[in-house]
Amino acid sequence: MFNSAKFIGGFLGSLLLVTPLLAEPLQYKLGRIATDKEIAGWDISVGPDGSNLPDAKGTVLQGEKLYQTKCAYCHGEFGEAVGRWPVLMGGEESLASMEPVKTVGSYWPYATSVFSYIRRAMPFYNPQTLSDEETYAITAYVFYLNDLVDEEFELNSESIMEIEMPNSTGFYGPDPRPDVQNVACMKNCVTGQGL
Amino acid sequence: MAKTKITELSTEPNSDLDRRSFLRKSLAAGGAVAAASAGATQVLAEVNPANLPPNKPIWSQMLGPGVTQSPYGSPSPHEAHVVRRNIGWLTSSTQSSINFTPLQDLHGIITPNGLHFERHHGGVPSINPNEHRLIIHGMVKYPLMFTMEELMRFPSESHIHFIECPANGGMEWKDAQMESVQFTHGMVSCCEWTGVKVSTLLDEVGVDPKGTWVLAEGADGGAMDRSIPMEKMMDDAMICWAQNGERLRPEQGYPVRLLVPGFEGNMNIKWIRRLKVGTVPWMTREETSKYTDLMEDGTARQFTFVQETNSCITYPSAGQQLSHKGFHEINGLAWSGRGKIKQVDVSVDGGRNWRAAKLQEPVMNKCLTRFRIPWQWNGEKAQLQSRAIDETGYVQPTLVQLRKVRGVNSIYHKNSIYTWEIDTNGGIKNVQLG
Ligand code: HEC
Repeated sequence: MFNSAKFIGGFLGSLLLVTPLLAEPLQYKLGRIATDKEIAGWDISVGPDGSNLPDAKGTVLQGEKLYQTKCAYCHGEFGEAVGRWPVLMGGEESLASMEPVKTVGSYWPYATSVFSYIRRAMPFYNPQTLSDEETYAITAYVFYLNDLVDEEFELNSESIMEIEMPNSTGFYGPDPRPDVQNVACMKNCVTGQGL
Repeated sequence: MAKTKITELSTEPNSDLDRRSFLRKSLAAGGAVAAASAGATQVLAEVNPANLPPNKPIWSQMLGPGVTQSPYGSPSPHEAHVVRRNIGWLTSSTQSSINFTPLQDLHGIITPNGLHFERHHGGVPSINPNEHRLIIHGMVKYPLMFTMEELMRFPSESHIHFIECPANGGMEWKDAQMESVQFTHGMVSCCEWTGVKVSTLLDEVGVDPKGTWVLAEGADGGAMDRSIPMEKMMDDAMICWAQNGERLRPEQGYPVRLLVPGFEGNMNIKWIRRLKVGTVPWMTREETSKYTDLMEDGTARQFTFVQETNSCITYPSAGQQLSHKGFHEINGLAWSGRGKIKQVDVSVDGGRNWRAAKLQEPVMNKCLTRFRIPWQWNGEKAQLQSRAIDETGYVQPTLVQLRKVRGVNSIYHKNSIYTWEIDTNGGIKNVQLG
């Protein structure tokens, strides 16, 4: 039987669905509002302006002990790396050479990225297990290994913004590509040492 | 030289290269070599004449297993050499590493799910889909959290796109050192991806018009994160739960991943758990320390997202062996992160003369395109090259051209023309022309 109320409801429903240009939020009513607490637990990203840094602190001295037990067996006592694990220091003045060495000290443009990365991805076999205090302390020690701070330094959400990263102006955009222009020559083209 | 390193590697147990070097030795030892299809492991075919005409082959005189003998089927045991391979010396741990799709053994444009190249930063997490959540928050009206079941109720789409690691070919800025197309180009794969458009989800949460960047983050141990321009997210980005008709493989982000067609593979965040809307990029480690292109003067390009036009010949290709003079169909793959492939030219004389290859329809946007061209090999030395042109008119460059602008230390985005040199015995080598 024809049910006009149902029909109108269905008609309005389909109108909503076919007008995506309006971009009305909550069209589909799927999912639920994430609570502040839920978001806070997962939001471990830090902005280059220091936004979302946790309210905690840690010193180079505290970091040294933690680093030597949790990090040094891969990255080396001084960040020089053990075996083929990545180096964490050195490489100054090497970027324009034939053998560039990219490290926190020589390449990374933002101190906040170092904190954010260690917090999410290190130590390699036990990521996301460091407390905020431990992360600040260990990150401070990594900066110390790169001569970016002295041994008295305490890292927190404010002092991290004062660290001067040597390569902070080394990056550029926007993407300049296409930056080469090959020509689709078909006959008797000039080549290198080809046949 | 790294070439020797590959050989050194072959002493490692369980290494695929082990069998490769064994094969090379056995090839070198002489003997009739069948047309080796693989750049790597081709088990020399043993042929029993009792199964050849006029005899009735053994498998015609008995029955094989019935249905559901193998509830989830697998390839013929005779194709056991068609596998992903990694290079031990490239990375310090297989958990932050890369492997390569065996392009030399594939046909058409679709990469089978078990052969899609892998790149992980903290291994493959094993995720219970019932316990996985995607949170979208930041500069949005309604921060929402979705279960998999809820995500999969959104209107969905399917599109065939390639994913390519921007380091594809990156080991060869200075010289040719890889022995087969699997290692020179195998960090590209192509699947049909099914999911919901990111724009649908962003509309659902109500994005603040001031939001211009979106952070995407994985649930892996490494929480891989990249900043992606809002424009791309509202254009063709997708949150995908299926590939080639089935749910994602764990290596490809099960239960759910991001797809940003044509952009750097690294940005297609797997195991995605979070999208955060903001006004500036977060400057994550993967867009500063890595995935930036170091130029000769020591400065680096940042946010070079697009995978530019690229191509490679997969047959005949380095590591293979031409068994006979006469007819060979040269074929290969071309792709562009800027759109469709318009034309692919092939040279057999090191780039002096070119002929346009035939493109297999349908030619799709940001998708692998198979090209083919007939060729008669006269037994003389030949240098095979392919050169792709995309719909924007961009012509795939030579390595000389790229080096002139970028030097040799940028690692990423090396999309240059490759040369496979065929010697008079039919052996094929990866070479670089000066
Ligand atoms: C088991 C070895 C191992 C241990 C232990 C370890 N790391 Fe790492 N670290 C790695 C690997 C591997 C990478 C590269 C990961 C990648 O690229 O995906 C890395 C990368 C890094 C980087 C980025 C380097 C760059 O320039 O991009 C930093 C910083 C770092 N680790 C700091 C630490 C700190 C701090 C600790 C101790 C809390 C630690 N690591 C413990 C193996 C380790």
